[in-house]
Amino acid sequence: MGALFSLFTVLILVLIAFAGVKAGNLHFLFGVVIPYAAIITFITGVIYRILKWAGSPVPFRIPTTCGQQKSLPWIKHSKIENPSNTLGVIKRMALEVLLFRSLFRNLKTEIREEKVVYGSEKWLWLAGLVFHWSFLIIILRHFRLFVDPVPAFMHLIESFDGFLQIGVPRLFITGVILLVSVAYLLFRRFFIQQVRYISLANDYFPLFLILGIGFTGILMRYFTKVDLVNTKQLIIGLFSFKPEIPEGVGVIFYIHLFLVSILFAYFPFSKLVHMPGVFLSPTRNLSNNNRTKRHINPWNYPVKVHTYEDYENEFREKMKKAGIPVEKE
Amino acid sequence: MKIYDGGKILIGIIIFLLVATSPFSYNMGKASVKPEPKLDTPEIQKMEKKQCVEPKEFMKAEHMTLLNDWRDSVVREGNNVYIGLGGEVYNMSLQGTCMKCHSNKKKFCDECHKYVAVKPYCWDCHIPPKEN
Ligand code: HEC
Ligand code: HEC
Ligand code: HEC
Repeated sequence: MGALFSLFTVLILVLIAFAGVKAGNLHFLFGVVIPYAAIITFITGVIYRILKWAGSPVPFRIPTTCGQQKSLPWIKHSKIENPSNTLGVIKRMALEVLLFRSLFRNLKTEIREEKVVYGSEKWLWLAGLVFHWSFLIIILRHFRLFVDPVPAFMHLIESFDGFLQIGVPRLFITGVILLVSVAYLLFRRFFIQQVRYISLANDYFPLFLILGIGFTGILMRYFTKVDLVNTKQLIIGLFSFKPEIPEGVGVIFYIHLFLVSILFAYFPFSKLVHMPGVFLSPTRNLSNNNRTKRHINPWNYPVKVHTYEDYENEFREKMKKAGIPVEKE
Repeated sequence: MKIYDGGKILIGIIIFLLVATSPFSYNMGKASVKPEPKLDTPEIQKMEKKQCVEPKEFMKAEHMTLLNDWRDSVVREGNNVYIGLGGEVYNMSLQGTCMKCHSNKKKFCDECHKYVAVKPYCWDCHIPPKEN
């Protein structure tokens, strides 16, 4: 259900861009207005989300740890798994963000011979990791179309990414890896029953959207070509606030751009916001110093207390009369 | 609304803004010039009707695929005759045909390629025309 709904949503988006540009001649809308709107939505939306998270108090340290806490000197402290200071947190966070360390511990659960058994499951980690890294490289690689003059080191990305030298224009490996890994992430939701059960439209939609972006990009680079010089002019126009719509930019580019705009605009309001979110996860970004530092709950209010001493002072005479023992005469 | 750890949040937001707006800030104050490939080579000057192997719009977008087809055709099939626009017959060759007309590689091919930051690796082996 969710999968079909998402697939059709993406297809309809493609059709909207196609019809808008081909039939409606709305080049300015799809080439300038929508991309700007998407950039503004993305930036303000992400900042809004960050401020919203920052408004939640974290009164106590709640890192999820999996190593020995700092303790007596002769007990070996696991500095990264159970960081006791900011340096440890930075190392832990770097491993998490760059290598998806916690996902590496992913397990699969099965019932075998009427027993629940757990086994190692690294495919999700591998697919997730290569997917994110190739996405990053692809975005960096696009900078050659965003800026002019292009800084020299951009050639490095091209020569690494295209080092197989297959075809002309040469095949970029990250494009292939992206499609394969997104396809894995998608099929996993179709074929692993437990994952299928918990998958919703908002899990499928980003996957189909990214597949759509990848497909249109690859189509444009290798198959139905666009005039890249004019296309770059359009993009440079956007990024230097001098928008223009040059001739000879194929409709496939507008479809690609529209899907990318949708992705960016959708970003702050969906699960994709885990990009800034990972840095604000209290289970990751806190050092485990609950035992060495006192953390005061910010919503504690002063509690009125009445100690026994005060009580006795107040009722001493009455207590004596009734024969109740008192501490002070 | 109270913001906790305001300093760290601010640093994070500033980094995010710097990264997210980097294409804008990089382009600021830089005038981008559209490449103008020059056609003033002796070979092209001599032509009566100035035309390429295929129509100009096709060449602009697809010359790399055309070159790939030429290469495969010559190297794999041993066929080096190409019938182009208007029935002209061309010998499929990078150095011998393309670069004979476009002998101003620096002012022609490189002009565009610098703009979109591609460095075709063809010139690792093929020899570009001599220019002063
Ligand atoms: C109108 C501008 C323009 C001119 C003139 C031009 N090119 Fe290109 N060339 C491009 C663009 C744009 C690309 C595609 C870049 C991409 O897809 O990343 C390209 C790509 C290529 C590629 C593929 C590079 C790769 O590694 O993917 C080759 C080969 C190539 N051009 C050869 C030539 C030759 C040879 C000439 C001169 C005879 C030439 N081009 C002139 C714009 C031009
Ligand atoms: C017979 C001479 C000749 C040959 C051979 C030739 N070209 Fe051209 N080329 C021209 C002319 C003339 C033009 C300008 C066409 C026009 O303005 O309509 C041109 C235009 C182009 C353009 C578009 C430039 C622009 O202004 O945007 C490209 C790219 C190009 N040629 C690449 C090639 C490549 C690659 C080859 C080899 C496959 C090749 N040419 C072979 C003469 C030639
Ligand atoms: C590793 C060296 C090498 C590289 C790199 C290379 N070529 Fe070649 N190419 C050759 C050789 C050698 C031949 C001659 C083969 C033959 O004649 O059987 C050839 C032949 C060709 C031919 C047909 C014959 C001719 O005279 O031109 C074309 C077209 C061609 N190459 C295009 C390209 C293009 C386009 C690129 C860049 C994308 C490229 N080559 C990169 C070595 C190379």
